[in-house]
Amino acid sequence: MKQEMSDLSAIRVDWPRLDYSRIPFWLYHDPEVYRQEQERIFKGKCWSYVALEAELPNPGDFRTTYVGETPVIVARTDGGDLAAMVNRCAHRGAIVRREPRGNAREHTCIYHRWCYGQDGSLTGVPFRRGVKGKGGMGPDFRLEDHGLQKLRVASHSGAIFVTFSHQTEPLEQYLGPVFTKHLSRIFNRPLRVLGYQRQRIAGNWKLYLENQRDTYHGSLLHEFQSTFGTSRATQSGGVTMDDSRRHNLSYARAGTDNDQEFKALYKENKVHESKLRLEDPSMVRNIREFDDGISLAICGLFPNATIHQISNSLGTRQLRTFGPDEFELYWTLFGYEDDSPEMTQHRLSQANMVGPAGLISMEDGEAIEITHRATKSEPRTACSVLEMGGAGPIMNLEHRVNDIAVRGFWSGYARMMGFAPEGAEQ
Amino acid sequence: MNPADLFQTATELMADYAELLDADRLEEWLDLFTEDATYDVVPRENVEQGLAVSLMVCANKAQLRDRITALRQANEYNLHYDCHLVSGVRARATDEGIVQVSANYAVFQTNLEGQSRLFSVGRYQDCARVVGSRLLLCKKRVIVDTFSVPTLLATPL
Repeated sequence: MKQEMSDLSAIRVDWPRLDYSRIPFWLYHDPEVYRQEQERIFKGKCWSYVALEAELPNPGDFRTTYVGETPVIVARTDGGDLAAMVNRCAHRGAIVRREPRGNAREHTCIYHRWCYGQDGSLTGVPFRRGVKGKGGMGPDFRLEDHGLQKLRVASHSGAIFVTFSHQTEPLEQYLGPVFTKHLSRIFNRPLRVLGYQRQRIAGNWKLYLENQRDTYHGSLLHEFQSTFGTSRATQSGGVTMDDSRRHNLSYARAGTDNDQEFKALYKENKVHESKLRLEDPSMVRNIREFDDGISLAICGLFPNATIHQISNSLGTRQLRTFGPDEFELYWTLFGYEDDSPEMTQHRLSQANMVGPAGLISMEDGEAIEITHRATKSEPRTACSVLEMGGAGPIMNLEHRVNDIAVRGFWSGYARMMGFAPEGAEQ
Repeated sequence: MNPADLFQTATELMADYAELLDADRLEEWLDLFTEDATYDVVPRENVEQGLAVSLMVCANKAQLRDRITALRQANEYNLHYDCHLVSGVRARATDEGIVQVSANYAVFQTNLEGQSRLFSVGRYQDCARVVGSRLLLCKKRVIVDTFSVPTLLATPL
Protein backbone atom coordinates (compact mmCIF):
# COMPACT_ATOMS: atom_id res chain seq x y z
CA MET A 1 0.00 0.00 0.00
CA LYS A 2 3.05 2.24 -0.10
CA GLN A 3 2.67 3.01 -3.77
CA GLU A 4 -0.32 4.98 -4.85
CA MET A 5 -0.96 5.69 -8.47
CA SER A 6 2.20 7.12 -10.00
CA ASP A 7 2.17 9.91 -12.56
CA LEU A 8 0.08 8.62 -15.38
CA SER A 9 -0.71 11.10 -18.07
CA ALA A 10 -4.18 10.47 -19.41
CA ILE A 11 -4.36 8.64 -22.70
CA ARG A 12 -6.26 10.43 -25.43
CA VAL A 13 -9.10 8.42 -26.94
CA ASP A 14 -11.29 9.81 -29.73
CA TRP A 15 -14.61 8.17 -28.96
CA PRO A 16 -16.85 8.36 -32.03
CA ARG A 17 -19.95 8.12 -29.82
CA LEU A 18 -20.75 8.91 -26.21
CA ASP A 19 -22.76 5.73 -25.55
CA TYR A 20 -19.88 3.26 -26.08
CA SER A 21 -21.59 1.73 -29.08
CA ARG A 22 -18.27 2.16 -30.95
CA ILE A 23 -15.07 0.86 -29.39
CA PRO A 24 -11.72 1.67 -31.04
CA PHE A 25 -9.83 -1.56 -31.71
CA TRP A 26 -6.45 -0.07 -30.78
CA LEU A 27 -7.46 -0.14 -27.11
CA TYR A 28 -6.89 -3.93 -27.17
CA HIS A 29 -3.34 -3.61 -28.48
CA ASP A 30 -1.67 -0.45 -27.22
CA PRO A 31 1.22 -1.15 -24.78
CA GLU A 32 0.68 2.15 -22.92
CA VAL A 33 -3.01 1.33 -22.39
CA TYR A 34 -1.94 -2.04 -20.98
CA ARG A 35 0.66 -0.42 -18.69
CA GLN A 36 -1.87 2.05 -17.34
CA GLU A 37 -4.45 -0.73 -16.82
CA GLN A 38 -2.03 -2.43 -14.47
CA GLU A 39 -1.64 0.80 -12.47
CA ARG A 40 -5.12 2.29 -12.62
CA ILE A 41 -7.16 -0.94 -12.44
CA PHE A 42 -5.29 -3.97 -11.12
CA LYS A 43 -3.15 -1.90 -8.72
CA GLY A 44 -5.78 0.81 -8.47
CA LYS A 45 -9.05 1.21 -6.64
CA CYS A 46 -10.43 -2.25 -7.45
CA TRP A 47 -10.96 -5.45 -5.50
CA SER A 48 -9.52 -8.43 -7.40
CA TYR A 49 -10.64 -12.00 -6.71
CA VAL A 50 -7.72 -14.23 -5.64
CA ALA A 51 -8.97 -17.46 -4.05
CA LEU A 52 -11.68 -19.19 -2.03
CA GLU A 53 -11.41 -19.53 1.73
CA ALA A 54 -12.06 -23.24 1.16
CA GLU A 55 -8.63 -23.37 -0.49
CA LEU A 56 -6.94 -21.99 2.66
CA PRO A 57 -8.60 -23.95 5.46
CA ASN A 58 -5.63 -24.22 7.85
CA PRO A 59 -3.27 -21.78 9.55
CA GLY A 60 -0.14 -21.45 7.40
CA ASP A 61 -1.89 -22.41 4.16
CA PHE A 62 -0.83 -20.28 1.21
CA ARG A 63 -1.44 -20.05 -2.51
CA THR A 64 0.44 -18.10 -5.12
CA THR A 65 -1.60 -16.23 -7.66
CA TYR A 66 -1.65 -13.08 -9.78
CA VAL A 67 -3.44 -9.76 -9.72
CA GLY A 68 -3.23 -8.56 -13.30
CA GLU A 69 0.34 -9.60 -13.99
CA THR A 70 1.69 -9.01 -10.47
CA PRO A 71 2.59 -12.19 -8.57
CA VAL A 72 0.80 -12.35 -5.22
CA ILE A 73 0.79 -14.66 -2.18
CA VAL A 74 -2.49 -15.14 -0.34
CA ALA A 75 -2.24 -16.90 3.00
CA ARG A 76 -3.91 -17.77 6.27
CA THR A 77 -1.76 -16.80 9.24
CA ASP A 78 -1.38 -18.83 12.43
CA GLY A 79 -3.81 -16.35 13.98
CA GLY A 80 -6.42 -17.41 11.42
CA ASP A 81 -6.46 -14.11 9.54
CA LEU A 82 -6.13 -13.79 5.79
CA ALA A 83 -3.06 -11.99 4.46
CA ALA A 84 -1.92 -11.04 0.96
CA MET A 85 1.33 -9.61 -0.32
CA VAL A 86 3.23 -9.10 -3.52
CA ASN A 87 5.33 -12.20 -4.19
CA ARG A 88 8.51 -10.29 -4.93
CA CYS A 89 11.47 -10.06 -2.60
CA ALA A 90 12.10 -6.59 -1.15
CA HIS A 91 15.84 -7.15 -1.63
CA ARG A 92 16.45 -7.86 -5.32
CA GLY A 93 12.98 -8.48 -6.64
CA ALA A 94 13.04 -12.28 -6.99
CA ILE A 95 9.92 -14.41 -6.68
CA VAL A 96 9.83 -15.45 -3.01
CA ARG A 97 7.33 -18.30 -3.02
CA ARG A 98 7.63 -20.41 -6.17
CA GLU A 99 5.25 -23.26 -5.33
CA PRO A 100 1.61 -22.92 -6.36
CA ARG A 101 0.37 -23.84 -2.88
CA GLY A 102 1.49 -25.20 0.47
CA ASN A 103 1.67 -24.63 4.19
CA ALA A 104 4.47 -22.64 5.80
CA ARG A 105 5.38 -20.62 8.86
CA GLU A 106 7.56 -18.32 6.79
CA HIS A 107 8.42 -17.47 3.22
CA THR A 108 12.14 -17.38 2.37
CA CYS A 109 13.66 -16.06 -0.84
CA ILE A 110 16.19 -18.58 -2.20
CA TYR A 111 18.51 -15.91 -3.59
CA HIS A 112 19.90 -14.38 -0.35
CA ARG A 113 17.56 -16.11 2.12
CA TRP A 114 15.67 -13.02 3.18
CA CYS A 115 12.91 -14.39 5.31
CA TYR A 116 9.33 -13.14 5.66
CA GLY A 117 6.55 -14.02 8.07
CA GLN A 118 3.13 -15.28 7.05
CA ASP A 119 1.87 -11.71 6.64
CA GLY A 120 4.87 -10.61 4.54
CA SER A 121 6.81 -8.79 7.30
CA LEU A 122 10.57 -9.14 6.96
CA THR A 123 11.82 -11.23 9.88
CA GLY A 124 15.43 -11.98 9.02
CA VAL A 125 18.34 -11.05 6.74
CA PRO A 126 21.46 -13.29 6.69
CA PHE A 127 24.73 -11.58 7.64
CA ARG A 128 22.83 -8.52 8.76
CA ARG A 129 25.55 -7.93 11.40
CA GLY A 130 28.33 -8.79 8.98
CA VAL A 131 30.90 -11.60 8.98
CA LYS A 132 33.59 -11.64 11.69
CA GLY A 133 32.76 -8.07 12.56
CA LYS A 134 33.01 -6.80 9.00
CA GLY A 135 30.30 -5.71 6.60
CA GLY A 136 26.62 -6.27 7.24
CA MET A 137 23.77 -3.88 6.75
CA GLY A 138 24.14 -0.23 7.68
CA PRO A 139 23.04 0.96 11.12
CA ASP A 140 19.90 2.58 9.70
CA PHE A 141 18.60 -0.62 8.11
CA ARG A 142 15.31 -1.56 9.76
CA LEU A 143 13.52 -4.86 9.05
CA GLU A 144 10.12 -3.17 9.30
CA ASP A 145 10.94 -0.93 6.33
CA HIS A 146 11.54 -3.83 3.96
CA GLY A 147 8.66 -6.27 4.09
CA LEU A 148 6.83 -7.64 1.08
CA GLN A 149 4.31 -5.12 -0.22
CA LYS A 150 1.14 -5.89 1.75
CA LEU A 151 -2.29 -5.76 0.19
CA ARG A 152 -5.68 -5.21 1.79
CA VAL A 153 -7.68 -8.46 1.98
CA ALA A 154 -11.40 -8.97 2.43
CA SER A 155 -13.70 -11.89 1.89
CA HIS A 156 -17.38 -12.17 1.20
CA SER A 157 -19.17 -15.52 1.67
CA GLY A 158 -15.78 -17.25 1.44
CA ALA A 159 -14.55 -15.55 -1.74
CA ILE A 160 -11.29 -13.68 -1.11
CA PHE A 161 -10.47 -10.35 -2.76
CA VAL A 162 -7.45 -8.05 -2.49
CA THR A 163 -6.74 -4.45 -3.34
CA PHE A 164 -3.48 -2.49 -3.66
CA SER A 165 -5.06 0.86 -2.76
CA HIS A 166 -6.03 2.13 0.66
CA GLN A 167 -8.56 4.34 -1.11
CA THR A 168 -10.70 1.47 -2.44
CA GLU A 169 -14.14 1.48 -0.85
CA PRO A 170 -15.04 -1.50 1.41
CA LEU A 171 -15.58 -4.75 -0.52
CA GLU A 172 -19.35 -4.93 0.03
CA GLN A 173 -19.74 -1.39 -1.25
CA TYR A 174 -17.49 -2.12 -4.23
CA LEU A 175 -19.55 -5.17 -5.19
CA GLY A 176 -22.89 -3.51 -4.51
CA PRO A 177 -26.09 -5.17 -3.26
CA VAL A 178 -26.88 -7.27 -6.35
CA PHE A 179 -23.47 -8.91 -6.38
CA THR A 180 -23.00 -9.42 -2.65
CA LYS A 181 -26.39 -11.14 -2.77
CA HIS A 182 -25.35 -13.25 -5.73
CA LEU A 183 -22.15 -14.35 -3.96
CA SER A 184 -24.16 -15.24 -0.85
CA ARG A 185 -26.52 -17.23 -3.10
CA ILE A 186 -23.86 -19.35 -4.77
CA PHE A 187 -21.52 -19.64 -1.76
CA ASN A 188 -24.42 -20.45 0.54
CA ARG A 189 -22.78 -23.30 2.49
CA PRO A 190 -19.33 -24.89 2.91
CA LEU A 191 -17.67 -25.59 -0.41
CA ARG A 192 -15.62 -28.50 -1.63
CA VAL A 193 -13.09 -27.68 -4.35
CA LEU A 194 -13.23 -30.36 -7.04
CA GLY A 195 -10.29 -29.23 -9.14
CA TYR A 196 -8.81 -26.80 -11.60
CA GLN A 197 -8.71 -26.07 -15.30
CA ARG A 198 -6.52 -23.50 -17.01
CA GLN A 199 -6.53 -21.91 -20.41
CA ARG A 200 -4.07 -19.48 -22.05
CA ILE A 201 -5.57 -17.31 -24.70
CA ALA A 202 -3.55 -15.21 -27.17
CA GLY A 203 -5.74 -12.14 -26.93
CA ASN A 204 -6.29 -9.00 -24.90
CA TRP A 205 -7.88 -9.53 -21.50
CA LYS A 206 -10.69 -7.05 -22.19
CA LEU A 207 -11.96 -9.31 -24.97
CA TYR A 208 -12.76 -11.86 -22.29
CA LEU A 209 -14.52 -9.35 -20.04
CA GLU A 210 -16.62 -8.36 -23.04
CA ASN A 211 -17.25 -12.01 -23.88
CA GLN A 212 -18.56 -12.69 -20.35
CA ARG A 213 -20.90 -9.70 -20.60
CA ASP A 214 -22.05 -10.47 -24.14
CA THR A 215 -25.32 -12.38 -23.94
CA TYR A 216 -25.79 -12.10 -27.69
CA HIS A 217 -23.13 -14.66 -28.62
CA GLY A 218 -24.08 -17.39 -26.15
CA SER A 219 -26.65 -19.31 -28.10
CA LEU A 220 -25.09 -18.50 -31.49
CA LEU A 221 -21.42 -19.39 -31.02
CA HIS A 222 -22.07 -22.20 -28.55
CA GLU A 223 -24.42 -24.46 -30.48
CA PHE A 224 -24.14 -27.23 -27.94
CA GLN A 225 -25.66 -25.07 -25.23
CA SER A 226 -28.64 -23.89 -27.24
CA THR A 227 -29.30 -27.40 -28.57
CA PHE A 228 -29.55 -28.84 -25.08
CA GLY A 229 -31.31 -25.88 -23.51
CA THR A 230 -28.45 -24.82 -21.23
CA SER A 231 -28.85 -21.30 -22.62
CA ARG A 232 -31.22 -20.07 -25.31
CA ALA A 233 -32.41 -16.63 -26.32
CA THR A 234 -35.99 -17.87 -25.89
CA GLN A 235 -35.63 -18.58 -22.17
CA SER A 236 -36.64 -16.08 -19.50
CA GLY A 237 -33.70 -14.23 -18.06
CA GLY A 238 -31.93 -10.91 -18.17
CA VAL A 239 -28.90 -8.74 -17.65
CA THR A 240 -28.18 -6.82 -14.45
CA MET A 241 -25.30 -4.42 -13.78
CA ASP A 242 -24.22 -2.52 -10.70
CA ASP A 243 -24.48 1.27 -10.60
CA SER A 244 -20.86 1.67 -11.68
CA ARG A 245 -21.52 -0.69 -14.66
CA ARG A 246 -18.38 -2.62 -13.84
CA HIS A 247 -20.00 -5.85 -12.71
CA ASN A 248 -22.51 -7.89 -14.61
CA LEU A 249 -24.91 -10.76 -14.05
CA SER A 250 -26.62 -12.54 -16.89
CA TYR A 251 -29.06 -15.25 -16.02
CA ALA A 252 -31.57 -17.65 -17.54
CA ARG A 253 -34.07 -20.22 -16.42
CA ALA A 254 -34.12 -23.63 -18.11
CA GLY A 255 -37.55 -24.95 -18.98
CA THR A 256 -39.13 -21.52 -19.57
CA ASP A 257 -39.26 -22.00 -23.34
CA ASN A 258 -40.05 -25.00 -25.50
CA ASP A 259 -38.15 -26.87 -28.17
CA GLN A 260 -40.52 -25.90 -31.00
CA GLU A 261 -40.25 -22.19 -30.21
CA PHE A 262 -36.46 -22.43 -30.03
CA LYS A 263 -36.09 -24.40 -33.25
CA ALA A 264 -38.41 -22.12 -35.21
CA LEU A 265 -36.59 -18.94 -34.08
CA TYR A 266 -33.09 -20.23 -34.81
CA LYS A 267 -34.19 -21.63 -38.18
CA GLU A 268 -35.93 -18.36 -39.12
CA ASN A 269 -32.70 -16.49 -38.30
CA LYS A 270 -30.69 -18.98 -40.36
CA VAL A 271 -28.50 -19.77 -37.35
CA HIS A 272 -28.45 -23.51 -37.14
CA GLU A 273 -30.76 -26.39 -37.43
CA SER A 274 -29.11 -28.68 -34.96
CA LYS A 275 -29.28 -32.37 -35.65
CA LEU A 276 -27.05 -33.09 -32.68
CA ARG A 277 -28.32 -35.94 -30.50
CA LEU A 278 -26.53 -37.45 -27.55
CA GLU A 279 -26.43 -41.19 -27.00
CA ASP A 280 -25.92 -40.57 -23.31
CA PRO A 281 -27.67 -37.33 -22.32
CA SER A 282 -27.07 -37.77 -18.57
CA MET A 283 -24.40 -35.08 -18.64
CA VAL A 284 -26.71 -32.27 -19.79
CA ARG A 285 -29.34 -32.94 -17.15
CA ASN A 286 -30.09 -29.91 -14.96
CA ILE A 287 -30.77 -30.81 -11.33
CA ARG A 288 -32.61 -27.85 -9.85
CA GLU A 289 -30.74 -26.60 -6.78
CA PHE A 290 -31.67 -22.94 -6.35
CA ASP A 291 -35.12 -21.74 -5.30
CA ASP A 292 -35.13 -18.88 -7.81
CA GLY A 293 -35.21 -21.38 -10.69
CA ILE A 294 -32.13 -19.81 -12.29
CA SER A 295 -30.17 -22.53 -14.08
CA LEU A 296 -27.56 -20.36 -15.75
CA ALA A 297 -25.85 -17.44 -14.04
CA ILE A 298 -22.69 -15.84 -15.38
CA CYS A 299 -21.50 -13.22 -12.94
CA GLY A 300 -18.64 -10.96 -14.02
CA LEU A 301 -16.90 -9.15 -11.18
CA PHE A 302 -14.63 -6.39 -12.43
CA PRO A 303 -11.73 -6.59 -13.05
CA ASN A 304 -10.73 -10.25 -12.95
CA ALA A 305 -13.43 -12.73 -11.94
CA THR A 306 -16.31 -14.68 -13.34
CA ILE A 307 -18.47 -16.82 -11.09
CA HIS A 308 -20.43 -19.34 -13.11
CA GLN A 309 -23.40 -21.58 -12.54
CA ILE A 310 -24.04 -23.57 -15.68
CA SER A 311 -26.66 -26.15 -14.75
CA ASN A 312 -24.83 -27.95 -11.93
CA SER A 313 -21.32 -26.89 -12.86
CA LEU A 314 -20.19 -24.27 -10.36
CA GLY A 315 -16.92 -22.44 -10.69
CA THR A 316 -14.85 -19.33 -10.42
CA ARG A 317 -12.65 -18.09 -13.22
CA GLN A 318 -9.78 -15.83 -12.33
CA LEU A 319 -8.21 -13.86 -15.16
CA ARG A 320 -4.47 -13.13 -15.13
CA THR A 321 -2.93 -10.80 -17.71
CA PHE A 322 0.42 -11.49 -19.37
CA GLY A 323 0.92 -8.47 -21.62
CA PRO A 324 -1.62 -6.91 -24.00
CA ASP A 325 -1.64 -10.07 -26.14
CA GLU A 326 -2.12 -12.88 -23.62
CA PHE A 327 -4.12 -13.86 -20.58
CA GLU A 328 -4.74 -16.98 -18.54
CA LEU A 329 -8.04 -18.19 -17.16
CA TYR A 330 -7.79 -20.15 -13.92
CA TRP A 331 -10.99 -22.13 -13.36
CA THR A 332 -11.75 -23.44 -9.87
CA LEU A 333 -14.61 -25.93 -10.00
CA PHE A 334 -16.45 -26.68 -6.79
CA GLY A 335 -19.47 -28.29 -5.20
CA TYR A 336 -20.68 -28.30 -1.60
CA GLU A 337 -19.39 -30.33 1.30
CA ASP A 338 -22.85 -31.85 1.75
CA ASP A 339 -23.19 -32.97 -1.89
CA SER A 340 -24.17 -36.61 -2.31
CA PRO A 341 -21.64 -38.80 -4.15
CA GLU A 342 -24.06 -38.81 -7.12
CA MET A 343 -24.18 -35.00 -7.18
CA THR A 344 -20.37 -34.81 -7.04
CA GLN A 345 -20.21 -37.26 -9.97
CA HIS A 346 -22.73 -35.16 -11.87
CA ARG A 347 -20.72 -31.97 -11.28
CA LEU A 348 -17.54 -33.76 -12.44
CA SER A 349 -19.35 -34.97 -15.53
CA GLN A 350 -20.51 -31.41 -16.25
CA ALA A 351 -16.86 -30.28 -16.11
CA ASN A 352 -17.01 -31.50 -19.73
CA MET A 353 -19.09 -28.44 -20.56
CA VAL A 354 -16.71 -25.79 -19.18
CA GLY A 355 -13.03 -24.86 -19.37
CA PRO A 356 -10.65 -25.03 -22.34
CA ALA A 357 -12.23 -28.27 -23.63
CA GLY A 358 -15.75 -27.30 -22.57
CA LEU A 359 -18.49 -28.36 -24.95
CA ILE A 360 -20.14 -24.98 -24.41
CA SER A 361 -17.10 -22.81 -23.74
CA MET A 362 -14.19 -23.92 -25.93
CA GLU A 363 -15.38 -21.61 -28.71
CA ASP A 364 -14.61 -18.50 -26.66
CA GLY A 365 -10.85 -19.14 -26.92
CA GLU A 366 -11.06 -19.18 -30.70
CA ALA A 367 -13.48 -16.21 -30.94
CA ILE A 368 -11.13 -14.06 -28.84
CA GLU A 369 -7.98 -15.05 -30.72
CA ILE A 370 -9.45 -14.37 -34.17
CA THR A 371 -10.74 -10.98 -32.97
CA HIS A 372 -7.37 -10.10 -31.47
CA ARG A 373 -5.47 -11.13 -34.61
CA ALA A 374 -7.64 -9.30 -37.09
CA THR A 375 -7.88 -6.01 -35.16
CA LYS A 376 -4.15 -5.62 -34.56
CA SER A 377 -3.30 -3.76 -37.74
CA GLU A 378 -6.40 -1.58 -37.87
CA PRO A 379 -6.12 2.25 -37.97
CA ARG A 380 -7.09 4.23 -34.87
CA THR A 381 -10.46 5.11 -36.37
CA ALA A 382 -11.58 1.46 -36.75
CA CYS A 383 -14.20 0.41 -34.18
CA SER A 384 -16.46 -2.44 -33.19
CA VAL A 385 -20.24 -1.92 -33.45
CA LEU A 386 -22.29 -2.53 -30.30
CA GLU A 387 -25.93 -1.82 -31.00
CA MET A 388 -27.81 -5.04 -30.32
CA GLY A 389 -30.53 -4.23 -27.81
CA GLY A 390 -30.32 -0.58 -28.90
CA ALA A 391 -27.75 2.20 -28.57
CA GLY A 392 -28.11 5.20 -26.23
CA PRO A 393 -28.80 4.85 -22.50
CA ILE A 394 -27.16 1.94 -20.65
CA MET A 395 -29.69 0.10 -18.49
CA ASN A 396 -30.58 -3.28 -17.06
CA LEU A 397 -32.68 -5.40 -19.41
CA GLU A 398 -35.13 -8.25 -18.99
CA HIS A 399 -34.00 -9.99 -22.14
CA ARG A 400 -30.77 -11.59 -23.20
CA VAL A 401 -29.95 -10.81 -26.82
CA ASN A 402 -28.07 -7.56 -26.38
CA ASP A 403 -24.74 -5.76 -26.11
CA ILE A 404 -25.85 -3.62 -23.18
CA ALA A 405 -23.49 -5.01 -20.53
CA VAL A 406 -20.56 -4.80 -22.94
CA ARG A 407 -21.26 -1.07 -23.32
CA GLY A 408 -21.69 -0.90 -19.55
CA PHE A 409 -18.27 -2.46 -19.10
CA TRP A 410 -16.67 0.16 -21.33
CA SER A 411 -18.32 3.01 -19.44
CA GLY A 412 -16.98 1.75 -16.10
CA TYR A 413 -13.58 0.94 -17.60
CA ALA A 414 -13.18 4.30 -19.37
CA ARG A 415 -13.92 6.16 -16.14
CA MET A 416 -11.27 4.17 -14.27
CA MET A 417 -8.77 4.78 -17.04
CA GLY A 418 -9.45 8.51 -16.93
CA PHE A 419 -10.45 8.72 -20.58
CA ALA A 420 -14.25 8.71 -20.47
CA PRO A 421 -15.50 11.42 -22.83
CA GLU A 422 -17.43 14.34 -21.42
CA GLY A 423 -21.18 13.71 -21.43
CA ALA A 424 -20.75 9.95 -21.85
CA GLU A 425 -23.55 7.52 -21.03
CA GLN A 426 -23.03 5.84 -17.68
CA MET B 1 1.41 -63.28 -24.97
CA ASN B 2 5.13 -63.28 -24.33
CA PRO B 3 6.66 -59.94 -23.26
CA ALA B 4 8.14 -59.19 -26.69
CA ASP B 5 4.82 -59.77 -28.46
CA LEU B 6 3.00 -57.80 -25.80
CA PHE B 7 5.33 -54.85 -26.27
CA GLN B 8 4.97 -55.05 -30.04
CA THR B 9 1.16 -55.18 -29.87
CA ALA B 10 0.96 -52.29 -27.40
CA THR B 11 3.31 -50.20 -29.54
CA GLU B 12 1.13 -50.85 -32.58
CA LEU B 13 -1.97 -49.84 -30.62
CA MET B 14 -0.30 -46.54 -29.72
CA ALA B 15 0.78 -46.02 -33.34
CA ASP B 16 -2.76 -46.68 -34.58
CA TYR B 17 -4.12 -44.31 -31.96
CA ALA B 18 -1.80 -41.48 -33.00
CA GLU B 19 -2.23 -42.06 -36.71
CA LEU B 20 -6.03 -42.03 -36.61
CA LEU B 21 -6.18 -38.87 -34.49
CA ASP B 22 -3.66 -37.04 -36.67
CA ALA B 23 -5.49 -38.06 -39.84
CA ASP B 24 -8.78 -36.78 -38.35
CA ARG B 25 -10.24 -40.30 -38.71
CA LEU B 26 -11.99 -39.91 -35.36
CA GLU B 27 -14.80 -42.36 -36.09
CA GLU B 28 -12.22 -45.09 -36.77
CA TRP B 29 -10.25 -43.95 -33.72
CA LEU B 30 -13.34 -44.83 -31.66
CA ASP B 31 -12.95 -48.43 -32.83
CA LEU B 32 -9.77 -48.68 -30.74
CA PHE B 33 -11.90 -48.63 -27.56
CA THR B 34 -13.94 -51.39 -25.91
CA GLU B 35 -17.66 -50.69 -25.34
CA ASP B 36 -17.08 -50.20 -21.60
CA ALA B 37 -14.06 -47.94 -22.11
CA THR B 38 -13.49 -44.78 -20.09
CA TYR B 39 -11.65 -41.74 -21.45
CA ASP B 40 -10.19 -39.03 -19.24
CA VAL B 41 -7.93 -36.03 -19.88
CA VAL B 42 -6.77 -34.69 -16.55
CA PRO B 43 -4.48 -31.79 -15.59
CA ARG B 44 -1.35 -32.94 -13.79
CA GLU B 45 -1.91 -30.33 -11.07
CA ASN B 46 -5.21 -32.02 -10.19
CA VAL B 47 -3.67 -35.50 -10.12
CA GLU B 48 -0.99 -34.28 -7.73
CA GLN B 49 -3.59 -32.82 -5.36
CA GLY B 50 -5.89 -35.83 -5.55
CA LEU B 51 -8.58 -33.72 -7.24
CA ALA B 52 -10.94 -35.31 -9.71
CA VAL B 53 -11.71 -32.55 -12.23
CA SER B 54 -10.86 -33.43 -15.83
CA LEU B 55 -10.66 -31.42 -19.02
CA MET B 56 -12.59 -34.12 -20.84
CA VAL B 57 -14.20 -37.13 -19.19
CA CYS B 58 -16.25 -39.91 -20.75
CA ALA B 59 -17.56 -42.62 -18.45
CA ASN B 60 -18.43 -44.96 -21.32
CA LYS B 61 -18.02 -45.30 -25.05
CA ALA B 62 -21.41 -43.68 -25.75
CA GLN B 63 -20.14 -40.49 -24.11
CA LEU B 64 -16.92 -40.72 -26.12
CA ARG B 65 -18.96 -41.02 -29.33
CA ASP B 66 -21.01 -38.00 -28.15
CA ARG B 67 -17.78 -35.99 -27.78
CA ILE B 68 -16.87 -36.76 -31.38
CA THR B 69 -20.41 -36.07 -32.62
CA ALA B 70 -20.40 -32.67 -30.85
CA LEU B 71 -17.00 -31.90 -32.35
CA ARG B 72 -18.23 -32.75 -35.82
CA GLN B 73 -21.63 -31.04 -35.58
CA ALA B 74 -21.66 -28.31 -32.96
CA ASN B 75 -18.29 -27.09 -31.72
CA GLU B 76 -16.20 -24.35 -33.29
CA TYR B 77 -12.46 -24.47 -32.69
CA ASN B 78 -9.12 -23.39 -34.08
CA LEU B 79 -8.60 -25.05 -37.44
CA HIS B 80 -5.44 -27.09 -37.23
CA TYR B 81 -3.53 -30.29 -37.88
CA ASP B 82 -2.34 -32.43 -34.99
CA CYS B 83 0.90 -34.40 -34.88
CA HIS B 84 1.28 -36.89 -32.03
CA LEU B 85 4.70 -38.21 -31.07
CA VAL B 86 4.43 -41.17 -28.71
CA SER B 87 7.49 -42.66 -27.11
CA GLY B 88 8.69 -44.80 -24.24
CA VAL B 89 5.87 -47.31 -24.57
CA ARG B 90 5.71 -49.84 -21.74
CA ALA B 91 3.29 -52.76 -21.47
CA ARG B 92 2.68 -55.01 -18.50
CA ALA B 93 0.17 -57.85 -18.31
CA THR B 94 -1.75 -58.22 -15.06
CA ASP B 95 -3.37 -61.34 -13.64
CA GLU B 96 -6.84 -60.03 -14.48
CA GLY B 97 -6.21 -60.15 -18.23
CA ILE B 98 -5.67 -56.40 -18.39
CA VAL B 99 -2.59 -54.96 -20.06
CA GLN B 100 -1.29 -51.77 -18.51
CA VAL B 101 0.15 -49.55 -21.22
CA SER B 102 1.96 -46.30 -20.56
CA ALA B 103 3.86 -43.86 -22.76
CA ASN B 104 4.89 -40.23 -23.04
CA TYR B 105 3.23 -38.10 -25.68
CA ALA B 106 3.83 -34.76 -27.34
CA VAL B 107 1.27 -33.13 -29.61
CA PHE B 108 2.38 -30.45 -32.05
CA GLN B 109 -0.35 -28.33 -33.56
CA THR B 110 -0.03 -26.66 -36.96
CA ASN B 111 -2.42 -23.96 -38.08
CA LEU B 112 -3.63 -23.55 -41.63
CA GLU B 113 -0.93 -20.92 -42.25
CA GLY B 114 1.68 -23.62 -41.70
CA GLN B 115 2.90 -22.47 -38.29
CA SER B 116 3.56 -25.22 -35.75
CA ARG B 117 3.68 -25.03 -31.97
CA LEU B 118 4.09 -27.50 -29.15
CA PHE B 119 0.49 -27.84 -27.95
CA SER B 120 0.63 -30.47 -25.24
CA VAL B 121 2.98 -32.87 -23.52
CA GLY B 122 2.17 -35.46 -20.91
CA ARG B 123 1.73 -39.12 -20.24
CA TYR B 124 -0.69 -41.87 -21.18
CA GLN B 125 -1.62 -44.29 -18.40
CA ASP B 126 -3.91 -46.76 -20.09
CA CYS B 127 -5.43 -50.19 -19.73
CA ALA B 128 -6.10 -52.47 -22.65
CA ARG B 129 -7.71 -55.86 -23.21
CA VAL B 130 -7.27 -58.52 -25.84
CA VAL B 131 -10.49 -58.71 -27.87
CA GLY B 132 -10.29 -61.31 -30.61
CA SER B 133 -6.97 -60.75 -32.34
CA ARG B 134 -6.68 -57.10 -31.26
CA LEU B 135 -5.63 -55.16 -28.22
CA LEU B 136 -8.29 -52.53 -27.44
CA LEU B 137 -8.27 -49.68 -24.92
CA CYS B 138 -10.61 -50.14 -21.97
CA LYS B 139 -9.24 -47.14 -20.08
CA LYS B 140 -7.49 -44.14 -21.55
CA ARG B 141 -6.07 -41.68 -19.05
CA VAL B 142 -4.16 -38.69 -20.40
CA ILE B 143 -2.23 -36.80 -17.74
CA VAL B 144 -1.49 -33.37 -19.14
CA ASP B 145 1.70 -31.58 -18.11
CA THR B 146 0.71 -28.61 -20.28
CA PHE B 147 -2.29 -27.99 -18.07
CA SER B 148 -2.45 -24.30 -18.93
CA VAL B 149 -4.04 -25.26 -22.24
CA PRO B 150 -3.09 -22.96 -25.13
CA THR B 151 -6.19 -21.55 -26.89
CA LEU B 152 -8.51 -24.53 -26.39
CA LEU B 153 -8.68 -28.31 -26.50
CA ALA B 154 -11.12 -29.68 -29.07
CA THR B 155 -9.63 -32.79 -30.66
CA PRO B 156 -8.81 -35.63 -28.26
CA LEU B 157 -5.24 -36.02 -27.06
